Amino acid sequence: MSEQKETIITVKNLVKKFGDFKANDNLSFEVFKGEIFGFLGANGAGKTTAIKILCGLWVPTSGDIKVAGFDIYTQTEQIKKNIGYMSQKFSLYEDITVFENIRLFGGIYGLSRQEIAQRAADLMHRLDIEHSRDKLISSLPLGWRQKLAFSVAILHNPKLVFLDEPTGGVDPVTRRKFWDQIYEAADKGITVFVTTHYMDEAEYCDRVSIMVDGRIADLDTPSALKEKYSVKNMNEVFLKIARIKPDQNN
Amino acid sequence: MKRFWGFVLKEFLHIFRDPRTMLILFGIPIVQVLLFGYVITNEIKDVKIAILDQSKDHVTIELTNKIISSGFFILDRNIKSINEVEDVFKEGNVRQVIIFESGFGKNLKREGTANIQLIADASDANTANLVVHYTMAIIGDFVREQNKLTGSPIQFVPEVRMLYNSELKGVYMFIPGIMAMILILVSAMMTSISIVREKELGTMETLLVSPLRPLQIILGKVTPYILLSFINAVTIIIMGNMVFGMPVQGSMILLLAESILYILLGLSLGILISTITKTQQNAMFISLFVLMLPTILLSGFIFPIENMPKILQWLSILMPPRWFITIIKNIMLKGTGLMYVWKETVILIVMTSVFLGLSIRKFKIRLE
Repeated sequence: MSEQKETIITVKNLVKKFGDFKANDNLSFEVFKGEIFGFLGANGAGKTTAIKILCGLWVPTSGDIKVAGFDIYTQTEQIKKNIGYMSQKFSLYEDITVFENIRLFGGIYGLSRQEIAQRAADLMHRLDIEHSRDKLISSLPLGWRQKLAFSVAILHNPKLVFLDEPTGGVDPVTRRKFWDQIYEAADKGITVFVTTHYMDEAEYCDRVSIMVDGRIADLDTPSALKEKYSVKNMNEVFLKIARIKPDQNN
Repeated sequence: MKRFWGFVLKEFLHIFRDPRTMLILFGIPIVQVLLFGYVITNEIKDVKIAILDQSKDHVTIELTNKIISSGFFILDRNIKSINEVEDVFKEGNVRQVIIFESGFGKNLKREGTANIQLIADASDANTANLVVHYTMAIIGDFVREQNKLTGSPIQFVPEVRMLYNSELKGVYMFIPGIMAMILILVSAMMTSISIVREKELGTMETLLVSPLRPLQIILGKVTPYILLSFINAVTIIIMGNMVFGMPVQGSMILLLAESILYILLGLSLGILISTITKTQQNAMFISLFVLMLPTILLSGFIFPIENMPKILQWLSILMPPRWFITIIKNIMLKGTGLMYVWKETVILIVMTSVFLGLSIRKFKIRLE
């Protein structure tokens, strides 16, 4: 644990309403540079809404939010250049080849032709898919596509990468391998903001925030949370928190 | 800018890698032109006619023989009275009735002029038009021959009546119609589908998170289709000319410029459709039923607008193809310049701006 922590995301009193429904109810949290920050919660708890606001896709109803040092209301252009994004659906185009996908996204993020060629070669070497350079994405197995999608999302070396349920619909072994990749990125200094509803994944994060009904019910390191609720794993932490909620409401 | 072209390149890859898209883009226009071209043929043969000869003198008999021996017509029957005309047509075999006035030969001798009435069954407008024109040509021949023989100028006054479809549409109607249909199909349907596909696959989100601006994304999606639609327009014009002799009397530049305007209109419609639909099927459905059918039915492509009920005539005012067809018919067939089609052009420009304005507003609302 380093003493001086630099914040990369600052959220103060974020509220997002859809009509009368509060999808995000007064969220406040900070994400530190270089950490893996888990955003946990059941489906419909407001995780995706929050991530979309942080990426600049949606405008919040109210709240002060800074991402990578830029204001979410006025500096979305700068934010977009400094973040990567990978959603639960595949971010790659299936009907074009591996290299063409890399070239496309490299180009969109403003990399030069040499940079694209260099990084594409690196990336394919690292993932050991050089032989598939000119194969269509649709011909690759699911696990590979996911790895590739992540590598493409951080191709432009962003300060921060948002992963919105990146491992949805994937078996635990592939999930574990995918997390190795996330660690690699974090080692390179890229901050990882990941949403998930798999509690085993929560164990891999540096810190997790647990969302229930649009609110942050708790936020700490996995070990601190397990200690606080005196349970053995994150799944039980989650169950306890989710169970406390209705009592508070009554 | 480099970002943008990389994106456009990807769009081309999507199109060229998908055989179905390629088929719709390039196969259908060619097949349509050939199909319509050969179905609406401009040759007639063995058309059944009836003759009401109220004079029965040597001139009418000679002319009748000439008409029947031309090879284009077969005499189905001689009728005795004008009252039979309606019945003859209702039976359905006879396409034309030729009526000689009584005292035809005498009138010709005395006054140098006589009257023939041609009544055609115009429920099949194109055939009727052809039949009448052929008959008139034969009569014209006959008149010239007679003039040479007698030396004194004589004149027949043919009176033509089109039954069931008084506003006759020409045979060349189909090329402008197909162009209007194909261009709106390609530009509106294909763009709306390709934009909605990105939404459906979730790649649209990835693009919106990227430094590409929303406007760049939309422009990047439609640019390839502007080019491909333009190629289509040129293909149709060339095929119409080479295969069916469809002329381009007016300015080629004006014709192409109007085509580009119409393509832009189709694209803005396509973008609008993509902002209100969530699935590709939906986009296709809306494009087909909101664009295709009205284009075919209400634009005057196949059914004359003048013969529609008032309410449909009003509706047809809202159909972009109606105005486009008028414009290119004028340019191709009459050779008119912008002077004569500026009103229709302004209507198309206004429509394009309205659709674009609406879709930009819709797109922004969606992003909020």
